[in-house]
Amino acid sequence: MSLDLNTIWFGLVGILLTGYAILDGFDLGVGGLHLLARGDQERRIFLNAIGPVWDGNEVWLVTGGGALFAAFPNVYATVFSSFYEAFILLLAAIIFRAVAIEFRSQRPGHRWRATWDAAFSISSLVSALLIGVALGNIVWGVPLNEYHDFQGNLLTLLHPYPLFVGVMAIVLFIMHGNLYLILKTDGARQEKLRRWARYTIPAYLLCFILLHVITVSTCSQIQAALPQRWWLLGIILALSLLFTLNIWRETSNGRAGWAFVSSCLSILTLMLLVGVAIYPNIVFSTPQIAHSLNIYNGSSTDKTLRFMFYVALIGVPLVLTYTIGIYYVFRGKVKLTDESY
Amino acid sequence: MDVAILSRIQFFLTVSFHFLFPPLTIGLGVMLVIMQAFWVKTRQPLYHDMARFWTRIFGLIFAMGVASGIPMVFQFGTNWATYSRFVGDVFGSPLAIEGIYAFFLESGFLGLLLFGWNRIGPRTHLFSTCMVALGAHFSAIWILVANSWMQTPTGFHLVRKVKVAASGQIFPLTASLGHTPFTIKEVPLPAGYVLRPEDLSNVRAVVDNIWDVILNPSTLDRISHTLAGCWLAGAFLVIGVSAYYLLRNRHVKSARSSLRLALVFGAIASLVMFVSADSTARGVAYHQPTKLAAMEGLAQTQKDAPLGLAGIVQWQRNAEGQIVGVKEKALRIPGLLSILVSGNFLHPEKASETVVKGLAQLPSDEFLGRRYPGASAAELAKIRPQYWPNVPVIFQTYHLMIAIGMALLGLSFLGCFLWLTGKLWDNQSRPIRAFLWLLVGSALLPIIGTQVGWMTAEMGRQPWIVYGILKTHEAVSPVLKGPQVLSSIILFFLIYALLLTLFLFLLFRMIGQGPQETVTDKTLPEGWQPLTLKEGRQTRGGEV
Repeated sequence: MSLDLNTIWFGLVGILLTGYAILDGFDLGVGGLHLLARGDQERRIFLNAIGPVWDGNEVWLVTGGGALFAAFPNVYATVFSSFYEAFILLLAAIIFRAVAIEFRSQRPGHRWRATWDAAFSISSLVSALLIGVALGNIVWGVPLNEYHDFQGNLLTLLHPYPLFVGVMAIVLFIMHGNLYLILKTDGARQEKLRRWARYTIPAYLLCFILLHVITVSTCSQIQAALPQRWWLLGIILALSLLFTLNIWRETSNGRAGWAFVSSCLSILTLMLLVGVAIYPNIVFSTPQIAHSLNIYNGSSTDKTLRFMFYVALIGVPLVLTYTIGIYYVFRGKVKLTDESY
Repeated sequence: MDVAILSRIQFFLTVSFHFLFPPLTIGLGVMLVIMQAFWVKTRQPLYHDMARFWTRIFGLIFAMGVASGIPMVFQFGTNWATYSRFVGDVFGSPLAIEGIYAFFLESGFLGLLLFGWNRIGPRTHLFSTCMVALGAHFSAIWILVANSWMQTPTGFHLVRKVKVAASGQIFPLTASLGHTPFTIKEVPLPAGYVLRPEDLSNVRAVVDNIWDVILNPSTLDRISHTLAGCWLAGAFLVIGVSAYYLLRNRHVKSARSSLRLALVFGAIASLVMFVSADSTARGVAYHQPTKLAAMEGLAQTQKDAPLGLAGIVQWQRNAEGQIVGVKEKALRIPGLLSILVSGNFLHPEKASETVVKGLAQLPSDEFLGRRYPGASAAELAKIRPQYWPNVPVIFQTYHLMIAIGMALLGLSFLGCFLWLTGKLWDNQSRPIRAFLWLLVGSALLPIIGTQVGWMTAEMGRQPWIVYGILKTHEAVSPVLKGPQVLSSIILFFLIYALLLTLFLFLLFRMIGQGPQETVTDKTLPEGWQPLTLKEGRQTRGGEV
């Protein structure tokens, strides 16, 4: 593995998508839990826990898409045109989710709010599922021809493995959102969320183990990568498992902050596993592995990659700095104010 | 139905729905900065209440902009995969830069703008508002960089992927070399190379000089032109709503202040618009003459070319129904188009000698000759109309845009004049009432103006997706089928129709409620408004 520009960009796109999974992950999870909240007050607390930050969190996806376009245009073109229906549905879900958050608070009527509550929750779950399905297909591989054009249809994408990854994404995000909500609430409500965590964390742990067993036993592309870098994958997997188990430990000890951090690290290591396992490929082609898109045949020229590397080198630290600042301003428990959703 | 046509319909639907909102947030963002700056400077509660009211409206519009904007960045991949592959090396960069430098900035600080009122000091809050406005402007700038490159592509060359055998021999990408080892390389194509459809699997555009891509000939004109349009949209939204309050005798004090600020901002924006429009059109005349001829419905190359004001342009068809030219019935000012194209306003006599090319000579024989080698002049004349945009439509969109621009210029200056002479506040007099109603209606004008202006720019570029290089109908995703696109169009249409209805309903409701008067609470730092209401913004003022 040499550190050329293509590899750096593989990493940078990975960072953006990982940032999305971690940050919008808890937004989607809060959405998934939203209908379980009882009463308008509680739902507003859930909503306002993500209120000031969800918009910025979604930008990680948009920028990830933009970065993929700039660095790996072939991959961008293949992925989005191949997963057409799935992406159109995902976009519809994201649209509904965004407006549901804004619209819900505009009127006090019960039916109005119940409608947008449902829209918010369902679109969050659908988004999580589709993101998982897309990632599952990347790991599993899709049929491509020599021009990297997709040779299948929607049903090609909906076989058991990606669907399982989709379910896994829902479970993961719900747990992640659950942990985030524990951080943002107090008193009896926090107690209730802690009780929920007794179900959401083991559910994720189960999915986590199943995912790795299924992946190693069925994914031909991953099996091919295993002998080459079993040590690296093994270390990351061990770390990932430790972080995941640690979520339970920290929650049991009442350290909500560390539990959330462990959950973030669990997502990070999962994404890292995917990255290390597929590198240098980005989209596997099945059955003709030769038609796969990798970081070289799918990329922009070195000139563009170098220019965009400097752009990112200046831009990303800036983004991180003020994002951290903004999270700092909105730290602590949710207080409903005049301006809240 | 044809996937290319359907994809164009879908792109039109999604982009024009999206483009309803960003101009408003860009313009309103500047208005918010002005209002908050006045508040921080004077500490008059009036400005605070104004800023707070418009922030709520800003939040609603922004949410619509974000929701409708997310699909845009992915649609190049879903529907225009061939385009994405062909131009990705050039076109992807501005989009990624937009994400890193604009979207993060505006969306991140939006949280502080909307929810930071009681958490951070007024100065930090003003700073956040500035960052949101700046982010919105950056976003417009980078998307216009990308779009301007499609209009006037520079700073790139075409390359072809080939197989190079170990012996150094070069083979086409499709050649089968058996067991001979080979590497895939990209070789540059000569300048002026004419793309053929079969090239699209192995030819792409790559960057020569990124600064030539970013600062292509139309970038600066189009940025200033579009931003001026956005500022007008924000200014006239405030103007329209304030005029409405004056007519209804509600929130009079706040409405007067808002109207004053917005009228000044609108007047400045319309002057910028005036200058940038002139410069933009001259750029089009130079770089995209076919587009200019289409916008003006100019049939023949001529000096003393007249400027159209309004009218009808229709296709002229031969007996087989093929387009052979245009026929027009339009009110025109003789010679003015030549003068404007030359830009030599000091010597109008000499300037009117400037030759402006007409559709009958555009695109040039030389350009068409390269695409159809060996074709005679008569054959080229027959082919030529295929390279024209939809003249009857863009003649109308272009002239509607100009009429709206002129109307906004007139209204903002008349408004400033009436305010400065003190007549504007006499809301009992009939002429002033009529003028105020005119202002209420004018809130819609910049929205229509930006929409038809965008249509002119994009439809005027046809049949090209990258001007003079790649045709739109060759650029769609090869794997897409008609029914897929048709169903996504229906889905988007239904969602957008629903959202637009709800948006307008909520917007009018917010405007109906109006700004809230501050209740001063001494216990809060730096005079922020108190947290008196516990059930959120929907219950303010007891209007449940």
